[in-house]
Amino acid sequence: MTTPVFGCDVANIVYERGQRQAFCGLAGIVWLHRKIQDAFFLVVGSRTCAHLLQSAAGVMIFAEPRFATAILQERDLAGMADCNQELDRVVAEVLGRRPDIKSLFLVGSCPSEVIKLDLNKAAERLSAQYQGRVQVFDYSGSGLDTTFTQGEDTCLLALVPHLPALPATERNLLILGTLPDVVEDQFTRLFTELGITTVHFLPPRRIDALPPVGAGTTLLLAQPFLGETARALQKRGATLLTAPYPFGVEGTLGWLRAATEAWGIAAERLDTVTAAPIARAQQALSRQRALLSGKRITFLPDSQLEIPLARFLARECGMELVEVATPFLERQLMAPELALLPAGVRLTEGQDLEAQLERLRTDRPDLTVCGLGLANPLEAEGLRTKWSIELVFSPVHGFDQAADLAELFARPLVRGALLQV
Amino acid sequence: MQLTLWSYEGPPHIGAMRIVTSMTGVHLVLHAPQGDTYADLLFTMIERRSQRPPVSYTSFQARELGGDTAELVKRTIQETFDRFRPQLILIGESCTAELIQDQPGALAQGMELPIPVLALELPAYTRKENWGASETFYQLVRGLLKSRVPAPGTERELRHSRARPLANLLGPTALGFRCRDDVVEITRLLDSIGVGVNVVAPLGASPQDVLRLPEADFNVCLYPEIADQTCDWLRRSFGQPTIKTVPIGIGAIHDFIAEIGRVAGIDVGTTVAPSSARMAWYSRSVDSTYLTGKRVFIFGDATHAVAAARMATEELGLMVVGLGTYAREFAREVREAAKRYGVEPLITDDYLEVEARVAEAHPELVLGTQMERHIAKRLGVPCAVISAPAHIQDFPARYAPQMGFEGANVIFDTWVHPLMMGLEEHLITMFREDFEFHEGAAPSHLGGMATRPALTAAVVPEEAAAEETPATTWAMEAEQELKKIPFFVRGKARRNTERFAQERGITTITVETLYDAKAHFGR
Repeated sequence: MTTPVFGCDVANIVYERGQRQAFCGLAGIVWLHRKIQDAFFLVVGSRTCAHLLQSAAGVMIFAEPRFATAILQERDLAGMADCNQELDRVVAEVLGRRPDIKSLFLVGSCPSEVIKLDLNKAAERLSAQYQGRVQVFDYSGSGLDTTFTQGEDTCLLALVPHLPALPATERNLLILGTLPDVVEDQFTRLFTELGITTVHFLPPRRIDALPPVGAGTTLLLAQPFLGETARALQKRGATLLTAPYPFGVEGTLGWLRAATEAWGIAAERLDTVTAAPIARAQQALSRQRALLSGKRITFLPDSQLEIPLARFLARECGMELVEVATPFLERQLMAPELALLPAGVRLTEGQDLEAQLERLRTDRPDLTVCGLGLANPLEAEGLRTKWSIELVFSPVHGFDQAADLAELFARPLVRGALLQV
Repeated sequence: MQLTLWSYEGPPHIGAMRIVTSMTGVHLVLHAPQGDTYADLLFTMIERRSQRPPVSYTSFQARELGGDTAELVKRTIQETFDRFRPQLILIGESCTAELIQDQPGALAQGMELPIPVLALELPAYTRKENWGASETFYQLVRGLLKSRVPAPGTERELRHSRARPLANLLGPTALGFRCRDDVVEITRLLDSIGVGVNVVAPLGASPQDVLRLPEADFNVCLYPEIADQTCDWLRRSFGQPTIKTVPIGIGAIHDFIAEIGRVAGIDVGTTVAPSSARMAWYSRSVDSTYLTGKRVFIFGDATHAVAAARMATEELGLMVVGLGTYAREFAREVREAAKRYGVEPLITDDYLEVEARVAEAHPELVLGTQMERHIAKRLGVPCAVISAPAHIQDFPARYAPQMGFEGANVIFDTWVHPLMMGLEEHLITMFREDFEFHEGAAPSHLGGMATRPALTAAVVPEEAAAEETPATTWAMEAEQELKKIPFFVRGKARRNTERFAQERGITTITVETLYDAKAHFGR
């Protein structure tokens, strides 16, 4: 038996260009609007944008949605209508219907970008107009600049200038990235037990609870796709901690350790506080590990969670990584994760879909992580799949979700083994 | 700009995708930015197709905009040809590509591929999905057949007198509502009257099949939203008449058969419904008595909405209280139908407007798309889906056509199932204060309390709204009396009584007012 060697060399990464099969950044609205509960997301775009949102969020028609599209018409493009006046009219209509809305995000799209519609100016104008009632922000979810989860990065980046300043004498721990409320609460409890009591989250649950930032801020990323926002927060004085992402026991412990070290908290305390949750997580994980161990997995590029999840599945669940592809690799933010990946793993950045599918058909892994459009066709070819979008919405961070995260990957395998038809 | 919360149709290139995904041997190259590939999931998830749509995307990004997107287009076309070897390539653009004006169609023509290449114009800022599907189908058929159109004045070759007449079935597509099963049902129906099917298109057709279209004696325009334009061109170019009746419902099936008899010159006078055609008897059976005069609101594509209105009135004895469509191209047909049923037609693709009109009409059953299902759920009204856009559960594993005799059976079950059974409704009326037959009891065949919370929720906003204008209040004993009215009509009774009182300036509703209103509105 050979001892696995860890530590991935970025020099081995293959870069591909070609057809992509991933959502654009508009898809982020699906979870951002659930997180920021008094926010409305208004896409300024085409019928395609509206259709994408509807298809991506198709199962979420609980109530009147807090997102919509201002669909550009021929007369907007031909200059027969003043786009700014039209936008003001649509915004008035939205806010008239929804007096409960406290923040409005104008979301740029491919067409609004190509016609160079200045949503930043529009947001300033509308913010002044609705001062005291609604804050108006703008960001781009355009597929020209953003892939899937990057839409959260551009959204949160737009909030950074509006964050209140942290008083010079104070410290806080800022957690960056959308987490389900239940996970936030778990982390808050853990940090409190560890002795870090000023913990803030970006995005907040309500827009009037924007977290403060300043020289006393230590910044911890809960999601790996928020590089631009992290850099903007650093410019406002925050110190970015280097840590793996809080997936699985190892990732979560490393993540918490980065915070405790920065706050000068003794290692013994970390051990004491995490001992029980780790034992619980290990026990729950052992059941899933039995199902996953030795199974081969390929990640198609989609959510940018691929590398941390691959690390978790390889090191804590015993899976064999066939190929790990990611739409875009932030080398700096991913360095702690790359150091933990098995050496020599096949890493791909970008996408050339057909070439990738050919490799997949040759490799025939036990499990393929891919987008919704590809899942059924791959199943029909006899490959088991896991939808990547579920990994973005579900509570999967932290100790108490480690086994749930593993179970998401085990389920298709269990089902595959179960079915006799 | 148009504010849109939910949309009934996608952009026109989705229509083009529906055509190529329906067919074999055809591939679409779409000049589109990254992200537009989301559309694949409509076919693979909602319709559970086991193959990716035959569509290749250029996936251009910001960094390519300054450079050579034209080169990217050409490379994608060449790679698509080399990899998939289609017999025909269609070239289209999504909304963003339309703005950057790379003219991918012209680029493709210049490449001189050894197969036909058709460039589509899909104006994304003025047109929508069904238009895109119709246009793509038309361009494809015309593109393949235009060189074979006989010169004007050429005599049409007559079918051999003893041969079976042949029909083309035109319009069924991927993502269409029950198209897969309608084709089977109509093929059987035609066979039963001695008519053969020449070609079904676009669903399942190859370019060679399209070339055989002129061999049929006539075309059946099954889905006018998709095939009307193509049928019209085939009529003008090849002298093929079009069967325009859409055979949804017993009456329409007989009209359809009669129309074919006239057009094909065959005797259909002796055609009888098969023994499996149970819809008419089910409707006449006594349990269906309770359906009489039930208020139904209908919204969908034009074809299914108009057909549903006819079935509802003539074959189920329901009362149409609303009729509308999102398909503006077919507004005329819906307006004419609405006139027949004495209702104001609703032509809109604004989901919020539809919701408001449904609420105003106080229907007891809503027939619509997946969007109306959500409206009905919120209003606590039973609902059945009759038209695209539809959700994954509207693509059932079982055989479930809408057309033909089996389609009529399916429709009877689908519409009646969400309602309470006739005998059950009667029992609840009899034992209205009974501890089991009470207002909280859901229809016995629908599990548990599923329909209850929505029903209460639907009443609450109206009461809240009434509070804002405290014109009328309910006397205690009138409120008690109201509770004795069966719950499924109570909301209507409350609203009618309040309206009655307000119109007469009555500020306190008494038991007398309640019964005065009942007499006033009673049918």
